[in-house]
Amino acid sequence: MIDFNTIVTAIDSFLESVMPHQLAIVVECILAAVCALVAYLSFAILMIYMERKVCASFQCRLGPTRVGKWGLLQVFSDVFKMLIKEIIEIKNSDRILYNLAPFLVVMSSLITFSCLPFARGLQVLDFNIGIFFIMAASSFGILGILLAGWSSNNKFSMIGAMRSGGQMISYELSMGLSILTLVVLSGTMQISELTEIQTKGWFIFRGHIPAIIAFIIYIIAGNAETNRAPFDLPEAESELTAGFHTEYSGMGFGLFYVAEFMNMFIIAGIASTIFLGGWAPFYISGLDTFNHIMCYIPGCVWFIGKTLFVVWVLMWIRWTFPRLRIDQVLVLEWKYLVPIGLLNLLIMTICVVMGWTF
Amino acid sequence: MNLVMLFAIVIASIAFVAMVMIITRWISPRTFNRQKGETYECGIPTQGSTWIHFKAGYYLFAILFLMFDIEAVFLFPWATIVQELGMKALVGVLFFLSFLILGLAYAWRKNALEWK
Repeated sequence: MIDFNTIVTAIDSFLESVMPHQLAIVVECILAAVCALVAYLSFAILMIYMERKVCASFQCRLGPTRVGKWGLLQVFSDVFKMLIKEIIEIKNSDRILYNLAPFLVVMSSLITFSCLPFARGLQVLDFNIGIFFIMAASSFGILGILLAGWSSNNKFSMIGAMRSGGQMISYELSMGLSILTLVVLSGTMQISELTEIQTKGWFIFRGHIPAIIAFIIYIIAGNAETNRAPFDLPEAESELTAGFHTEYSGMGFGLFYVAEFMNMFIIAGIASTIFLGGWAPFYISGLDTFNHIMCYIPGCVWFIGKTLFVVWVLMWIRWTFPRLRIDQVLVLEWKYLVPIGLLNLLIMTICVVMGWTF
Repeated sequence: MNLVMLFAIVIASIAFVAMVMIITRWISPRTFNRQKGETYECGIPTQGSTWIHFKAGYYLFAILFLMFDIEAVFLFPWATIVQELGMKALVGVLFFLSFLILGLAYAWRKNALEWK
C-alpha cells in the first residue's frame, strides 16, 4: 500500500530546500487548503449526481439523462444556473447575521471534511483528539442553521431553524455515545491511529454485538444530524416551504445545499472510519493470500468505496421511510436511543475489561 | 503544524464562500421591485414580527442536552484509558453513569421528555 506520508515529506523537503522555512509553511498550507477545497467540491458534485440517480432508481425513473452522457453534466449546469441567479435582498432581515450564516455552515463542514483519512497519510488535519475534534467542529454548523433561520425574519425559517436546533443537539448525544463506545474499544481518539489498529480487523467485527448496535444508532443519529428524510422536519417542504433557507436565493441557497450533501458524506466517512476500517483493507486472520491480494487495492478506493456504500444506505433510508413528527423525533431520541446508547456503552466496557473482544 | 493547517482550512472556507458570493453578485442580473424585498410567506402579506417569545419546549431539551454533553466531555478521556485501568475504571464509571441515568429517569418521570 502507498504511504502518502513519504510523498508529503518529499514535498516538504523540496520546499524547504528552495525557500526559507516560513515561506515553505505558507506554501504548504495553501497547497493543503486548495487540495481540501477541490476534493470537497468534487465530492459535492459527485454526491448531488449520485443522489439524483439513486433516488430515480428507487422511484423507477431514469433521473437526469439529457445534459451530457448519462446526464453527467447536469450538476455543472445547475451550478452555473445558480451562479447567475439574482441574490434578493430581504427588507426586514438582520443583514449581518443573514450573510454570516453560510460562512459558518460551510466552515464547519469543510473543517470536518479535512479530518477524514482518505488513505494512509492522506489527511489534512490529524489531531490526537481527532474524533472529539470532529464532533466539536460539526456541532457549530447548527449555529449557522439557527442564525439563518433567525435572521431571515420569516416564520417558516424560524420554525425550521428551531426544529433543526432541537433535533440536531438531541441527536448529537447518541452520536457521541456511539462514538464513545468505539473509543472504549480502540483506546485512542486519533483518526490515523484508529485506522492503523483496524488493519488487523475492522471494529464492527472486533466489537461484535455492542459495535453493531452502536453502528445502527450512529446511522440513525447521523441521518438526523444531516436533516435528511425521515428526519427532514427543519425543511419539510410540504409545511415550511424550505425551512431555514426559505429566504436564501441563488448561491446563498446553493452553499447550504452543498454543505448539507457534504455533511452526509462526512457522516458516512466517519462511519466508515470508525466502524468499517477507513482505508484499511478487508482482513481475515489466517488467510494470508487473501489478505495479500486485498492489500493491492489502494487505500483511497477502500475508503471511498465504504463511504459511498454508507451514503447509499442513507439514501435508501431517505427514499423509503415517511417523515416523523417533531414529538416522535424527540421521543425516539430521548426515550429509546439515549438509554440504549448508555447501556450499550456499559456492555462494551464490560466486554473490553473482560477481554471478550477479538 | 496541525493548528496552522486548521487555520489555513478556516481561511480557505471563508475565502471560498466570499468568492462565490462576490462572483454571483457580480454576474447575476439586478432588478428592483417593491414586492421583491418582502418576506416570502406564500404570497400572503406578513402579519407581525417573527422575533417573538418562542415555544419553551426547545429550551427544555437544550438544558437536558447540556447535562449529557458535559457527560461526554468527562467520558471521552476516560474511554481512552479504560483498557489500561481495567476493572477500576469500570466500577468508577458505573457510579457516574448511574447518576446520569437517575437524572434522565427524573426528567422522564417529571414528563420533561413529553412534547407539549
